[in-house]
Amino acid sequence: MKQFQGRVITPGEVTAEAVVTTQGFNTLASLQMALQFGDKEVKCGDQNNAELHGKPLIGKALCLPQTIGSTTGGLVLYCACAMHKNPACMLFANPIDSLAAAGAVLADVWVDGVSMPVVDSLGEEFLSYVKDGMTVTVKENGVVEVD
Amino acid sequence: MVLTNEQQAILNGEKGETLAKVMKTLVMYGEAFHAEKLVPITSKYNHLVTSFGLKVMSPVYDLMQQILDAGVTSGQKFSVDPRPLDKNVPANILQKLVFNKFMYTKQDFYEEQLKELGLMDKDAFSCTCYMDEMGNRPQKGEVLSWAESSAVVYANSVLGARCNRNSGIIDIMGSIVGYVPYFGLLTDEGRRATWVVKVQTSKKPEAQLLGSAIGMKVMEDVPYIVGLDAWLGQQLDDATCAYLKDFGAATASNGAVGLYHIENLTPEAVELGDKLIAEGAQEYIIDDAELERVKNNYPVVWKDPDATPKLCFVGCPHLSLQQLKDWTDKIEAGLKESGKKKVAIPTVLTAAPKVLEVFEQTDYAPRLKATGVVTSYICPLMYMNNPLCKKMPVITSSNKLRTYSSARYYTDDEILHAITKGGNNK
Repeated sequence: MKQFQGRVITPGEVTAEAVVTTQGFNTLASLQMALQFGDKEVKCGDQNNAELHGKPLIGKALCLPQTIGSTTGGLVLYCACAMHKNPACMLFANPIDSLAAAGAVLADVWVDGVSMPVVDSLGEEFLSYVKDGMTVTVKENGVVEVD
Repeated sequence: MVLTNEQQAILNGEKGETLAKVMKTLVMYGEAFHAEKLVPITSKYNHLVTSFGLKVMSPVYDLMQQILDAGVTSGQKFSVDPRPLDKNVPANILQKLVFNKFMYTKQDFYEEQLKELGLMDKDAFSCTCYMDEMGNRPQKGEVLSWAESSAVVYANSVLGARCNRNSGIIDIMGSIVGYVPYFGLLTDEGRRATWVVKVQTSKKPEAQLLGSAIGMKVMEDVPYIVGLDAWLGQQLDDATCAYLKDFGAATASNGAVGLYHIENLTPEAVELGDKLIAEGAQEYIIDDAELERVKNNYPVVWKDPDATPKLCFVGCPHLSLQQLKDWTDKIEAGLKESGKKKVAIPTVLTAAPKVLEVFEQTDYAPRLKATGVVTSYICPLMYMNNPLCKKMPVITSSNKLRTYSSARYYTDDEILHAITKGGNNK
């Protein structure tokens, strides 16, 4: 088990199974089709992301460097949370980008009854250590345990 | 974050609970980037990314309704991204059914919300709101609350305005309170380049391919590009601006670029030169082989990679008036060469409603129509985002459309060949 200290963007505690992308997570390309057509597992639809394409994202600890792509990214993430189809948490190796931050904040302020802890600045080592299927626990103070 | 008395009062709920939540959103958003203050928006108009009444986006419309029900509207009028539907665009019965009865059932409802909130006018739907015909062109140094990645990168880079890559909903919230958090691309430091990209190609690089290569390499960083002025010149004329529009859209969608500088060409690069380059900037060299490598690595997601294309989209982001005229000339010439009268693949050129209005008044419009090409104001991405279109072999010269859909990317010349000569550009 290894611990990483990050910065809390939106607080919360959760334990979930990791899904990992070492390239930018394109929120629109990844989530829109799954949300639109009722995919219960919310499988990643981004054909440009070989690490994630086709993998379920709902309830997972999504480990990523940052998000990329369309500026609908934040609202897509907000919708995923409002529809209870979001990852369990989002764990960023890099400082968070503006689209992911928007999605996290919109969900935190405007959606009742949904908690999606978001932690950033976990460092490059975090992303090289964590692998698909590992168990990840996020603490309220931004500590992330990977087992 | 230090707020003014007025901002603090709003946050404290003195102007109502809804405005307090809007302010809280902006403050939390800014604090994620260590913003120390909110600054006034100084542009005349805003631009929003959310133009589509997708049923699945109901939480967005519910949030908008909360805002409207609280008697709150945007302090600025705004333009918005393209509409998703146009009956001129070829679609079969099943597609029409899915579009109208399943996907975009909230379109009319959402457009009414936009009108109430402050839509500029009924035709203010385009991702290229900065075109002269559309009338939403910010000035150098103005602070914006825009979203739409291709518009933000254009406003920052080509026009010298200041805007972060805001998400949808955050965009309108800025307009509602009149402020945006001060961080990132609003600051001088945030506009400095952390990459130097050296263009060393043997010919003018394809805009959407060059943008893709840079976007994938630098992600959200700011690149300072040298060597491109040798191909583009040092004037921001119509042709160069159109090139930069397409180039920027690819940097923003294939990566997350919100600002680029081009030596001797874009306003801040002309003004400040290499003083814009941050200490320790990384280097990326782009030559013919690198562009070829990038292009060859695009995944082909068609079920049958050798399928004959059923549809072609050109114009994501929307074409300029000059680009519409240039495509008309090129298609006519290509058809003449191949001895054909009509294009071999149903082809749609997309542009802003007001650009199309002007185009329709030129003698190019009937000439283009005679080739069988259709013009439309839609967002091709919105058209493509459904399983029916995913099964359809669509080709495009838009790297943005390639990124977000199953459309296959070809260069402008390859597209021209395919639509005027036939074949699938295998």
